[in-house]
Amino acid sequence: MIVEGKQKIWADYQKDIPDDHYFYVRSCIRQSFFPGSEVTFLDITRNKLGKDFYESAYHTTCGGIAYHSDSIPQETAMTIIARQFALMHESGYENYVCSCITSFGCYTETLETWHEFPELEAKIRQYLWDSCKKEFAKPKYLAHASDIIYKFRHEIARQAKYKLINAKTGEPLKVVEHIGCHYSKMFPSKGFGGAEYPHVLVGMVEAWGGEVIDYPERRQCCGFGFRQYLIQANRGYSISNTHKKFESMEPYEPDLIITNCPGCPYFLDRWQYVIAEQTGKTYGKNGYGIPALTYEEVAGLVMGYNPWDLGLQMHQVAIEPLLDKMGIEYDPKAKYKGINGKDLGTPINPINIKLQ
Amino acid sequence: MNEHKILIIGGGPAGMETAYQLKKLGLKPVIIERSDKLGGHLAQWDRLFPASDDAEALLEKMREQCIDIEKRLNTRITNITKENNIFHVSLSNGNSYDADAIVLCTGFDLFKAERKQEYGYGIYNNVITNAELEHYFKTHNDERINEPKKIGFVHCVGSRDVKVNNTYCSKVCCATALKQACEIKEEFPDSDVYCFYMDLRMFGKGYEDLYLKAQKDFDIKCVRGRVCEVSENIEGKLVIKAEDTLLGTPMKMTLDLLVLMCGMEKASGIERIQNMLNIKSNADGFIETRDTFYGLNHTKEEGVFVAGACTSPKTLPDTIAEARAAAVEVFNYLKDNGQQTFSLRF
Amino acid sequence: MMDDIDLELFNKLEALNPDIKTCMACGLCTATCTTGKFTDMSFRKVILMLQRGKDKEAIEKVKSCMMCGKCMMVCSRGINTRNILLSITRIYNER
Repeated sequence: MIVEGKQKIWADYQKDIPDDHYFYVRSCIRQSFFPGSEVTFLDITRNKLGKDFYESAYHTTCGGIAYHSDSIPQETAMTIIARQFALMHESGYENYVCSCITSFGCYTETLETWHEFPELEAKIRQYLWDSCKKEFAKPKYLAHASDIIYKFRHEIARQAKYKLINAKTGEPLKVVEHIGCHYSKMFPSKGFGGAEYPHVLVGMVEAWGGEVIDYPERRQCCGFGFRQYLIQANRGYSISNTHKKFESMEPYEPDLIITNCPGCPYFLDRWQYVIAEQTGKTYGKNGYGIPALTYEEVAGLVMGYNPWDLGLQMHQVAIEPLLDKMGIEYDPKAKYKGINGKDLGTPINPINIKLQ
Repeated sequence: MNEHKILIIGGGPAGMETAYQLKKLGLKPVIIERSDKLGGHLAQWDRLFPASDDAEALLEKMREQCIDIEKRLNTRITNITKENNIFHVSLSNGNSYDADAIVLCTGFDLFKAERKQEYGYGIYNNVITNAELEHYFKTHNDERINEPKKIGFVHCVGSRDVKVNNTYCSKVCCATALKQACEIKEEFPDSDVYCFYMDLRMFGKGYEDLYLKAQKDFDIKCVRGRVCEVSENIEGKLVIKAEDTLLGTPMKMTLDLLVLMCGMEKASGIERIQNMLNIKSNADGFIETRDTFYGLNHTKEEGVFVAGACTSPKTLPDTIAEARAAAVEVFNYLKDNGQQTFSLRF
Repeated sequence: MMDDIDLELFNKLEALNPDIKTCMACGLCTATCTTGKFTDMSFRKVILMLQRGKDKEAIEKVKSCMMCGKCMMVCSRGINTRNILLSITRIYNER
C-alpha cells in the first residue's frame, strides 16, 4: 500500500463547507438503533465546539426509505425534501446538515436533478405549495453530519481524553472504516475523499490515533441494501453480503468498525450475532464480535463520554473489549441502566457470542 | 531574410519520418523537439507488436535517417504568427524561423492510470502500467515484478470509457497486451496469465496470428470482461473482480501482478500551439483534420499539416505511412503555391 | 473465487487436446448444435465452465451431446471438438 497515492486523491476531493450555523435534521432510524449518537453529535457541536446547530420539531422523514424500496415515486420524495428545505428557510438557516447517509444521498440527488432540470424544481415548488402552502429555498451548503465531525476532527483530538490506541501496548487500534453507499458512490465529488477511497472516516480514525485497515471487500455494501433487507425473502442476500465482508476483514484482526450511515453499524453489529448463531463463528477475540460503532459514538468515547450515556449498551456486540483496550473506565453494573437509573432489562446470552 | 523551412513540431516517429521524407524530396525540414532526444514513446518501448521486433533497432534506423536534418532539441515554441502564407515561429532558445509550412507531429500522452481510481495504480504496489512493463523488459529492474505466479492484464484502461471522458478505442492496447502477455509468460513460464478484454481488436497485419500464438503457444487466458475494482489482501496480493461475460458470472481472482493497458490521450500542452495556429480539436481532444478520408494530413488552416497520433490513436505502421503521406502533401502544397522553399529547390 | 478451483482434470484434458486453448468464443459450435436447440448444451460454455472449475454443470450439459460432429465441421479455429467431448467423458468420469 502506497499511502501517498491515497493522499493525492484525498487532496483532490475536498469540499467547502462552513464551520457554523447549521440546520440539523435527524435520521428516521438511528434514534432507535443507536439512540446516543445524534444527541452526542449535538452535544459535541454545541457544547464542546461552541457551534450553532438548530433543529426543528416539524422535521419528518426525507422519504428515502420509501423511495429506495420503490413505494413512492421520485416526485413525492422531492416534495418531502422541499418541505424540509422550507423548514430550514423559515428557521433562518442556509446550511443544511443531515444525520442520515441515505438522506444525504437523496438531498444531493435532488439538488443535482433540479440543477439539470429546472422545470422539475418548478414543478416540485408547485407541489409543495399545493400540499403545504410552503415555499422553500435551496440550501447554500449541504453537508452530512460526518463531514462536520471530519472538519473538526483535530479539535476533537485536542479535547480528547482517550485515543484509539491500545492503552496497554501503546499500539494504534486497527480500525475498519465503512462508508455508507449513498455518501459518495452516486456523486463522488460530494464526499470528502471521493468514492473509491473516502477520507471522511479515515481522517477521524487517524486524527484520534487509530490505524485504518484497507481490506479486499472494503467497498462493498454493509448488507442492508434496502431491497435486500426490507423484503423478508431477500434477507439471505443481506447476511451473505455482511458475512463476505467479515470473512474479508478477519485476517486483519480489527479492534473496531467505524461507520457513518444509519444502516451500516446496525447490520454490521446485529448480523454478527446471527452469523455466530448460524455458523458458530465470531470475528473478535475470545468469543466476542468486532464492535461496530457510529462515528459520533467513537468521537464520544474519545472525548470521555460515559459509554452507557452514548448508548453503547444497545449494541448487540459487546463493547467492553474495546473499552478495555482504550483504557476507558466504566461501571459494568450500570450497563443496562437507563438515563434515570431505570432498569432496561438484561439480554439473554446467546450460545455462540459473548454479550458482556 | 531567413531561409524558409518546413517546421516539424515533435520528434517522435511521425516527426522523424516526415522530416526524413521531406529531406529526400529536397526540402529543408527542421524538427523542434521539447525533450533532449528524438524518439518519442518509441524510445520507451522494448519490443513491438505483433512479432516482438526490437524497438531500438527501428528507433536507431529512424534516428540515423535524421542525422543530417536540422533539429532543435530541448526547445519549445513560444509564438507563431502568420503573414502572407509564411509562419514566423519564435522558439524558447531565442531563435526564430520563417516557415512555409508546419507539420504537427505532437503525438499523444499515455493515459494517466491513477485516474481510474478503482484500479489503485499508485496505491497498490503491484499494479503497473504497460509502459512500466516495457521498461522492465528493457532493464529488468523493477522490484514489483518478482517471480509472479498469476498475472493479469486489463485492456482499455482510459479508453472506451465515458467515466474518464475517453469514448474512443486506443487501437494499440489489445495487440500490446497480448504481446506483453506472451513476453512475460516467456520470462515466467510457470505463471498463469489472464487478459481481461471487452473486444479483442486484432485488426492489423499479423495481429490475429499474435492472438492465436498467445492462446496456443503461451496459454494466455483471455477473459471477456472489464475489471471493475482492485484491492489488496493482507499478503499484499491483488484481488480483482470482473464479470466473466461469456458465462455471465462474476469472477474474483487473486493476482501477483496487474498490468494496466493505458490508452492514448491528446498530448498535454498541445492546445497552446493549436491556439497559435487557430487549429481546433475534436470532442476527444485530438487535433481536427480537414476531413476523415481525403484530408487526413491537413488541418483546416492552410499550410498546417498533421501526421501520427496527434489526430487519433495510431499504430506505428499507421504513423509511418501517414508521415510519408504528409511529406507528399506538403510537397504538393508548396509546389502549387509557389512558395519560396520550393523555388529554391530547383 | 477463481483461486480455489481445482483444474487438475482440465489440465489433463488440455494436455490431450491443446487446440482447446484456441477457442475464441465465436459461438459457431453452439449455434449449429443439434441438441442445443432443445437442451442447454453449448460446447463453448462447456469448455469455459471446465476452465472455471464448474465441472458438474459442464458435465450435465455434455450429457445431452449427440456426437453428430456438426460443431467440429463448423469450428473456425479447427478445434477437434468431437475428440474433446470424448476426452471429457473419459477424464471426468474417472472422478
